[in-house]
Amino acid sequence: MAALQKDRKFIAVIGDEDSVTGFLLSGIGHIDARQKANFLIVDSKTPLATVEEAFSEFTKRKDIAIILITQQVAEEIRHLLDEHHSAFPTVLEIPSKDHPYDPSKDSVLKRVQRLFGE
Amino acid sequence: MSGPRLNIFPTRMASTTMKIRLKGAQTGHSLLKRKSEALTKRFRDIIKKIEESKLKMGTVMQVAAFSMAEVNYTAGDISYQVRENVKSAQLRVRAKQENVSGVMLPSFEQYAEGSNSFELTGLGRGGQKIQKCKETYTRAIQTLVELASLQTAFVILDEVIKLTNRRVNAIEHVIIPRIENTIKYITSELDEQDREEFFRLKKIQTKKKEARAITEADAAAAEKVMEEVEGGQPRDLLQSDQDTDIIF
Repeated sequence: MAALQKDRKFIAVIGDEDSVTGFLLSGIGHIDARQKANFLIVDSKTPLATVEEAFSEFTKRKDIAIILITQQVAEEIRHLLDEHHSAFPTVLEIPSKDHPYDPSKDSVLKRVQRLFGE
Repeated sequence: MSGPRLNIFPTRMASTTMKIRLKGAQTGHSLLKRKSEALTKRFRDIIKKIEESKLKMGTVMQVAAFSMAEVNYTAGDISYQVRENVKSAQLRVRAKQENVSGVMLPSFEQYAEGSNSFELTGLGRGGQKIQKCKETYTRAIQTLVELASLQTAFVILDEVIKLTNRRVNAIEHVIIPRIENTIKYITSELDEQDREEFFRLKKIQTKKKEARAITEADAAAAEKVMEEVEGGQPRDLLQSDQDTDIIF
């Protein structure tokens, strides 16, 4: 397991244009030898299938440690997020610019609340 | 016999082995219970931290989004430029591991590698704002990485606690009763054997006593007869007239 996590060193982003641009600006963007990017910009015209495909691909990739996904996009592919139970890569829901963060929708916080029987 | 038990031949040795196993199971049970308690404590700490970080993340992201808006105002839309400049990741994370009562919990740590590929972005105008925005987002990433570590630890701990509790319950409700039943069974069987053995010995003793009494009585009778017949004299073998004739 330890060896498996050594290779995980990138942070992937799925979100709206501004959020992704900001994170890319901080230097997390990576394009590997096969021209695969570790980020996806989702706008109103992006088909749901593309988002689903990107998310599945990021979860399957062995070099991604954290997936950042804006909550708005996360809502659209909630079924995939709920299915993702393994510890790696970690899926993190982040608030986006025009959608305030709603803790009650977060998959992990939902689990926390369920554990405390609320 | 109440409850399930191990399929074992009731001997004294098996009883000893079972007792040792019972002791082992009890030790294991208390150890696992303590492990589960330690993990649960850790788990609660992490949950508390996660909730704090989630709130912190909200404010951090707000600040970051605001600085992005500033950039958009001063430098125009740089999104395309930024996307085209992405080559190799400058900010990366690496996983460290922490040992909590035998469970490996990963924690991410970010580090920088390579050069800044956005040095020239916004050279025309708004360069300073862009650099500031970059810093803000780097700080946001820091918070997010921390949160991600906590979240990973949460997921792993959740699983391990479930597993440990399952084991604790299995030992408490299945393994220990089964061993206790086996020990009870062996003890009762051994007692039964003891009683049988005792009864057998008693029986043999009485049989032997009876046999001895009969032989003694016979011997006494024979002696009496002899004394009566011979009058104390040994029998004369040559006086064959007492023998019956043998007819072939």
